Parts: sequence; C-alpha cells; structure tokens
Amino acid sequence: MRRPGAAARARPEIVPVKSHHSVAGQFGWQVISFVFFFGAWELAGRWPISAAFPPFSQTLLALGEMIADGSLARAYASTLQPLVIGIALCGIAGVGFGIAMGLSRTVEWLTLPIFIILQAAPMAAIIPLITYLYGIGLTAKVLAVVFLAAPVIVMNSYKGIRNTNPSLIQMCRAFLGTRRQEVLKIILPYAAALIFTGLRLGLAMGFIGVVIAELLITPTGIGDLITYNSSVAEYPRMFATIASLVAVAALTLNGLERVERALFPPEIRGT
Amino acid sequence: MTMPDDTIVEVRGVGKLYEGGVEALRGVTLAFPRGRLSTLLGPSGCGKTTLLKIIAGLIRPNAGEIRVNGRRVEGPGPERAFVFQDFALLPWASVLRNVAFGLELRGVPPEQRHEIARRQIAEVGLGGFESSYPNQLSGGMKQRVGLARALAVDADIILMDEPFSSVDEQTRRKFQEDLLDLLEHRRKTVIFVTHSIEEAAYLSDQIVLLSPRPGTVSRIIRPEIERGKGPDEIRRDRRYLDTVDEIWQILKQYVA
Ligand SMILES: Nc1ncnc2c1ncn2[C@@H]1O[C@H](COP(=O)(O)OP(=O)(O)OP(=O)(O)O)[C@@H](O)[C@H]1O
Ligand SMILES: [Mg+2]
Repeated sequence: MRRPGAAARARPEIVPVKSHHSVAGQFGWQVISFVFFFGAWELAGRWPISAAFPPFSQTLLALGEMIADGSLARAYASTLQPLVIGIALCGIAGVGFGIAMGLSRTVEWLTLPIFIILQAAPMAAIIPLITYLYGIGLTAKVLAVVFLAAPVIVMNSYKGIRNTNPSLIQMCRAFLGTRRQEVLKIILPYAAALIFTGLRLGLAMGFIGVVIAELLITPTGIGDLITYNSSVAEYPRMFATIASLVAVAALTLNGLERVERALFPPEIRGT
Repeated sequence: MTMPDDTIVEVRGVGKLYEGGVEALRGVTLAFPRGRLSTLLGPSGCGKTTLLKIIAGLIRPNAGEIRVNGRRVEGPGPERAFVFQDFALLPWASVLRNVAFGLELRGVPPEQRHEIARRQIAEVGLGGFESSYPNQLSGGMKQRVGLARALAVDADIILMDEPFSSVDEQTRRKFQEDLLDLLEHRRKTVIFVTHSIEEAAYLSDQIVLLSPRPGTVSRIIRPEIERGKGPDEIRRDRRYLDTVDEIWQILKQYVA
C-alpha cells in the first residue's frame, strides 16, 4: 500500500546539517554516562555493599562464561518460545480485534470497557491465577504473555482506526469509494503507524510477562538462570543474566522504534 | 414552485441541525443553472460548507431535499466532484496518486488514470511535483492537488469549497480565468464557496448571499457581466463595480 522508499525520499531536507554535531556529541555523552555507571558499579561491588552484589568486572566475566558454555543462548531460546507465540497470537488476533472494535460500533460497545479495565489493571497479578488454571506448561506462559501484551496492542489498533481523519473518509465517500475501499485505502494505512507502536509496546509488556512467568510458574529459560544462580549463591552469574535481559530488551525495543520511525516518519503520518 | 428547464441542482427547503443543537441552515431553497458558475457567499460559520456538502450527498439534511437533474440525492454521485476546504489529501500518497485517487476508487487501470492525472497536474501548474508528498507542498499547492483530483474524474458539477483561499493573487487570477475557460469549453456547472466579494462578482453568473447562522438565503444576485472583454476591462466595468458594491452593502450589516 505505501512504499517505504517513498518515506526515505520524503525526508532529506528535514534533517538539518547541524544535527551531525549533536549526534556525535550525544554519543560522547552516552559513552561517558556508561563509563560512569559501570565504574560506580565496580566500586560498589568491591566495597562491598553486600556479599550478593558482585562488581562489574566479575559480572562481565560470568557473562562471558555463560555465553561461551552456551547456557545463556539455551536460556534465551527457551524464553523466547512463549514470547514469540504469545506476540504472534496478539499480533493476529489482538490487532484484528482492535480493528474490529474501531470499525464496528457494536463490537466497540461490547468490548471497549473490558479492554479499558484490562489496560489499567496490574496484569502481573493475574499470573498466579493462570498457573492455577492452566498448570505450569507452555500454555500458561503463552497466556502470561498474551494477558500482558494484548491490552496495549488491542487499544492501539482501536485508537489508530478511530483517529482516522474524518475529512479523508468524507473525501473517499465523495469520490464514490465503497466501505471496503474506505477501510483498505484510508483507514488501515492511517492506523498502520499506531498499530505498529502498539505491537512494539506489546512486545515490551510480553517480555515482562514471560520473565515473571518463568520466575513464578516454572523455572525455565532466563527465569531459571536467575533463580538457580541465586539459590547456589553464584551472584555474578545471576547479575550477568539480569543485565543481559535489560540489554536485550532495551536494544530490541530501541531497534523497533528506529524501524518504526523509518517506516512511518512523522510527515507522512497524517496529523 | 417550478424551476426553469436548465436547472441542474435544486435545493428545496433544506435545513440542517447538527448534533449538539447548532442550527446551520434553515429553509434554504435555491436553483443552480446548468453550465453556470454560482457562488455561495456569507459570513464565516453561516453554513456554506454545510450546504455544499449536503449538495454533494456527504451530509444528510434534517429537512428538505436536493435534486440533481431532477433526481433526489441520497448520497454522492459520479456527476458531482468536491474540492475540500481542508484539501483532504492522503499524506502517504504522492501528488500523482492523490490526483488519480478518484479514478483509482472507480477502478480505472493505473496507466490510464496516471495519464489523466498527469494532464490535470500540468493543468493546475504542478508539473514536476508528481512524486512529491503533500507535506512537501505549500497550502496553495495542496489546494491545486485537490482541484486537480476533482477535475480528473470529469464530473459535470464541481463543488468547490474556497478552492483559491490559500493561493497568491497571481495564481488566484490565473485559476479564475481557467475556471471560466472550463465553463465555456467543457460545459461544467460550478458551485463555488468564497469569502471574496470581488471573486464572486467577477466569476459568477449567480451569487447566493447567505445570512448569518442559521443560514438562509438573504439575496440572489445575477451580475450579468459581459464576458467578451478582458479581465482588466471587466474589473472596470460598471456592472462589476455595482455588483461588488451591492454585495458589500448587504454583507456589512452582518459585520456588527
Ligand atoms: N460536524 C459538525 N458538528 C456540529 N456543528 C458543526 C459541524 N460542522 C459545522 N458545524 C457548525 O455549523 C455551522 C456552519 O458551519 P459551516 O462549516 O457550514 O460554515 P461555513 O459557512 O462553511 O464557515 P467558513 O466560512 O468559516 O468555512 C458552524 O457554526 C459550525 O460550528
Ligand atoms: Mg466552510
């Protein structure tokens, strides 16, 4: 429907020449802040604040070991499984549902209140209930992901549809567009950016969901690495796992945000 | 009440009450002659856009009806094209696709509709901007894209909501001449909303003055300016100047 190439062409004059400087400057500051952060961590670990708090160097070493012996990769593979299944489910059913809510007053009337409540509720609290109902297998973990990710995915799709510029819809009707054309050529392209944002936020929530599930339900994957290493007092390994989790989540979400900006630059987003 | 035979659009007792209680129009009855240019003129908020959209079939009136070629209007039709006050361009589509959009919706194959669109783009003076996006265009250029889109579908009746409001004076005058050409050579009927008394007097065969909200027809003026002369001569013509003055005498009562 829309071509990404077009977006790239639409942009050149928007980026001022000066920004090169500030990007470089920003990068410098980021390096300084990282050095400062890891330095402080190292000092705090050596002081030591607590026996369970390893210095940065040991954590880094432990991370290296876990990468080398493959335990980290195995853990991620098993953690990603319910995450991928859950997000795929939400991506199809959740987006579809949000779109249906945006397009049909009846569906909206029936289900909007549920999703408003779900979005506001602390969904993590529901995970023990899921275990109670669905046991401790893959299903329970997938459900944990779905419960956390679905509300924001559904709501964003819904809002994207609902926020379509009414004047464009009127234009479509004035030029004899059918309802089908209105949806395919106006409403969906208009909502695409918000739907994508919803998926990105949903992934972030799903990530939280799957880790909580692994910590609370069955110790597998990343959750297992954390719990196990903590129970045998291998604190550097535990911290290395947690740090890798933070890094993976931050990098993934940041990457997706960049993809989103490239696909839907503000100047073609409509409003 | 009988209408003359060459009436193309009839407005019969149209009233519009928006949700929330704003009464935009009350008892509007009008006839628009075929192949002529009529303007709707009136203070801001008097319901000009509302009336134009009711004629387009985009808004349902609460009272009365519209007839086009004697047939009651239930919705938009192929014989009517609309130029929107806020342009209504697809931000993610190029100028070419925007101009061809009306044809795209009608299922005209790409090569054919792009050829027509290119011609219209050149005609409104946007040649070379086919692959630009709306955000890269000035207000006046966007307006011309909207105009080209309406011309591309080749409708008999063109409904224009302040189509020249954001172009500069030179372009405005060029468009005015183009519009008169269009009328002469392609027998289009144009219904045109404007805020400019001079523009209305210069272009129109019929000027409909609307009162402040709720809009009612306060006066219909037919300038009957001789078209044979050049634009500058017309602007010095007695009839033209009298028309401008007559409209101003009515509109200035509304300024208070
Ligand atoms: N969708 C709507 N819902 C409620 N009120 C509306 C709506 N559209 C227009 N109105 C109101 O109806 C009145 C007439 O609006 P309209 O847009 O037809 O005026 P207009 O004559 O075109 O004004 P302008 O010259 O400023 O474009 C205004 O008071 C406006 O606030
Ligand atoms: Mg208006």
